[in-house]
Amino acid sequence: MGLDIEANKKLVEDILEAYPDKAKKDRKKHFQINTEETKESCSCSLKSNIKSRPGVMTPRGCSYAGSKGVVWGPIKDMVHISHGPVGCGQYSWGTRRNYANGTLGIDNFTAMQITSDFQETDIVFGGDKKLEIICREIKEMFPLAKGISVQSECPVGLIGDDIEAVSKKMTKELEMPIVPVRCEGFRGVSQSLGHHIANDAIRDFVMGKADLAETGPYDVNIIGDYNIGGDAWASRILLEEMGLRVIAQWSGDGTLNELEIAHKAKMNLIHCHRSMNYMVDHMEKAYGIPWMEYNFFGPSKTYESLRAIAAKFDATIQENCEKVIAKYKPQMDAIIGKYRPRLEGKKVMLLIGGLRSRHTIGAYEDLGMEIVATGYEFAHKDDYERTFPDMQTGSIIMDDPTAYELEELAQKMNIDLMGSGVKEKYVYHKMGIPFRQMHSWDYSGPYHGFDGFKIFAKDMDMTVNNPVWNLFDKKEKVQPEGASV
Amino acid sequence: MSKKPRQIAFYGKGGIGKSTTSQNTLAQLATTFGQKIMIVGCDPKADSTRLILNTKAQQTVLHMAAELGSVEDLELEDVVATGFGDILCVESGGPEPGVGCAGRGIITSINFLEEQGAYDGMDFISYDVLGDVVCGGFAMPIRENKAQEIYIVCSGEMMAMYAANNIARGILKYAQSGSVRLGGLICNSRNTDREDELIMELARRLNTQMIHFVPRDNVVQHAELRRMTVTQYNPEHNQANEYKQLADKILHNEMLNIPTPIEMDELEQLLIDFGVVEDEETAIKKLEAAGH
Repeated sequence: MGLDIEANKKLVEDILEAYPDKAKKDRKKHFQINTEETKESCSCSLKSNIKSRPGVMTPRGCSYAGSKGVVWGPIKDMVHISHGPVGCGQYSWGTRRNYANGTLGIDNFTAMQITSDFQETDIVFGGDKKLEIICREIKEMFPLAKGISVQSECPVGLIGDDIEAVSKKMTKELEMPIVPVRCEGFRGVSQSLGHHIANDAIRDFVMGKADLAETGPYDVNIIGDYNIGGDAWASRILLEEMGLRVIAQWSGDGTLNELEIAHKAKMNLIHCHRSMNYMVDHMEKAYGIPWMEYNFFGPSKTYESLRAIAAKFDATIQENCEKVIAKYKPQMDAIIGKYRPRLEGKKVMLLIGGLRSRHTIGAYEDLGMEIVATGYEFAHKDDYERTFPDMQTGSIIMDDPTAYELEELAQKMNIDLMGSGVKEKYVYHKMGIPFRQMHSWDYSGPYHGFDGFKIFAKDMDMTVNNPVWNLFDKKEKVQPEGASV
Repeated sequence: MSKKPRQIAFYGKGGIGKSTTSQNTLAQLATTFGQKIMIVGCDPKADSTRLILNTKAQQTVLHMAAELGSVEDLELEDVVATGFGDILCVESGGPEPGVGCAGRGIITSINFLEEQGAYDGMDFISYDVLGDVVCGGFAMPIRENKAQEIYIVCSGEMMAMYAANNIARGILKYAQSGSVRLGGLICNSRNTDREDELIMELARRLNTQMIHFVPRDNVVQHAELRRMTVTQYNPEHNQANEYKQLADKILHNEMLNIPTPIEMDELEQLLIDFGVVEDEETAIKKLEAAGH
C-alpha cells in the first residue's frame, strides 16, 4: 500500500520548475513526500508558519479572521464589534456557519454584524469616543447581551487607538466585560496569530471570572469545536451519553459564562488543537487541568477517541463508552455498507486550515477513499508532526500551497475529489473536478460524531458521483509553451 | 482655464520659524509683487495663518468636517478665509496630540481642496508643514502634482541643519518619482558663529543655494505679538525689506535642483570645520588647560 515516492517527488519538482530560481528554492521547502521513515519518526523538515511569498495566490487569511471569525465570533451572548471600516465585518459576516441556540437579537447575536464603520474623520481624530458610544448603544439595544468584544481591524492599530483604556472604562460603566482584542490583520503571517491573540484575550479578561456552584468528577470542557453546521452538538451528545458532563463549549454555541467557568472542569477535550492549544496549555499550568486531543471525524476515529477519553475516567464511563459504541456501530456499518462501494478507491486532495487536513483522513478512509495529498493554510510544525503518521507513504504533504501548485497537482494526480475553501471551489468546478468546501461544510453538516458521519458520507457520494460531471469534458488548465507563471 | 499655480512648501525643524518666515515672505509676495496666494496650513496646531488673518486660530477643514459629519458635507467657503494682502488661508487642522492620525488628516484636506477647485486662479499655493516628515501623510505636499519647490528654513544650529539634511533626503525620494525640487535653504539667523558661511557650505553640499539670509530682529516678535507680519505692522522697517528681497528671489528662482543629502559623519565634520562643534582632541586639550 502506498504511492510511488519517487514519482511524486518528481511531480512536485516539475510543478515548481515553473517558478524563478528563488521562488522555487523557497517553495520547495514547503513540500514533503511521506516515507516509512517520516511516518514513524513524525519528524519533518517542512517549513511552516512563515510569511507567504509575495506574488503567489495564498489561501491564507489574517489575524482578524482568526480572532473574530474563529475564536470569538461564535460566543453567542456577547456582541462582537468589528472595530474599523465596514468591509472586514461585512465580508466575514456569517461565513463560518457557527450554529447557536437562542433568539437572534435577544440572547444570541452570532448571526449579526456589528461594526464601528470607520469614516475618514474617525481615522483622523481617532475612534475611541465612537467606541464608547457604540458600547453604550449595545447595552441599550441588547439588554441581555452579557459582554462585548472589540475586534481590532488594521486601521485601529495603525492610528494607535487606545481600545484597552476604552474597554476598561466601559467595563466599569456598563458593568459587564468589554474585551479588547488586538487582532489587527497585518499582525503575523496568517490567521494563526489571531487565534493566539484571541486565546490570550480570553485568558486575560475572562478566564476564571465566575464560579460553578456544583462540580463533579465527570466535568469536561469541549475546546476548539466551533459548532459549524452543528458539529459541537453532534459531539456533545456522545460525551453525555457516555456519562460525562460538558460544562463548557468553546466556542461554538458557547456563552460568556462557559468561558468564565471552564477552569472548574476535570479534563479539557480539545478538537481543534491549532486554534485553542494556547488555552488548554494555560489551564493545565494555572489550574492543573489535564487535556487530550480527540477526533470525531468518521466512525473509526470516533470509536478510538471515545475509548481514549473513557480510559481517563472510571469503569462506569468505560462501560458506558462500550454501550455507546455498540449502539451506534450497526448504524455506522450500514452507512459504510451503503456508500463505500460507491466511493472505494477515489483519490482525494485536501487543503484546509490547521486541523481538518489530518483529522478528516479517517472519515475518508472509512469510506474507502484515499488521501493522495494534504496541506494546511496556517499549520505549525507540531501539526505536521501529527500529520505524517496518518498519511500513506508517497503521499504529498504541503504547507501554504499556492493556487497554481494546487491546480497543477489536482490535474496531474488526476484526483476524484478536492476538499478546500470557497476561494478554490469554483476554479475546480470549472476544471470538472468534484469539490467539497471543507471550512463550513458547503452549507451542510454537521460532520462530527456519528450523526455527522451520516451526512459526511452522503455529501461525498453526492459530490463525487454527481452525474453532472459526465455532462461536460474535463478542461485541462493548459500552460502555453514558454509561458511563465 | 487659468494657468497652473506655482506650488511651494516650507519645511524645517520645529520651532525654527517656518510659519513666521513663510507668512512674512508671502505677505511681501502679495502686496509688493501682486501675487495671488493661498496658504494651506498642514500642521495640526493650525498656526500657519494667524499673522495673515490677524486672528488666534482659524476654523480648520477637519474640525468643520467632524462637526458636519464628513468631508463631503463641507463647502469651500466654509473653510477659506481672506487675510492681509488678499491672501486666502486654509488650515487643515487635525486631532489633538496623541490620538488619531494627523497624517491622514493632511491627505484628506489637500484632496478636498483640489477636488473643490480651490487652487483655480492662484499664482502661488504655499504649504506650511510641521517640523519632521514623520510619515506618509506629512510627505503629502511633496508628492507628485503637489508642491514642486521646497524651501527649507534652517539656522546655524546643529539640529536645524540635521533636520534640513533629513528633509533633503525626503525630497530626494519623491524627486525621483515626481517633479519636486529643492528651491533653497532660507537661513533664519540665530546669530551663531559664521552662520552664513556655514549654511552656504551646507547648501553647496546639498546641491542647492542659500536663497536668503534673514537677519534676526526683534521687530518680528513685536509684530507677532500683534498677530501681524512685519509688512503689515511696520512696512518701513528694514526687516520688511529683507522679506521683500526673499520674496523677489523666490519669485524669480530658477535654481530648482534634486538635492544630494549628506551622511551624518560628513555633517558632523562640517560643524567641526566651522568650529561649531569641537573635535575630541580640542575638547581634551581645553579640559587639560583648565587644569583637569
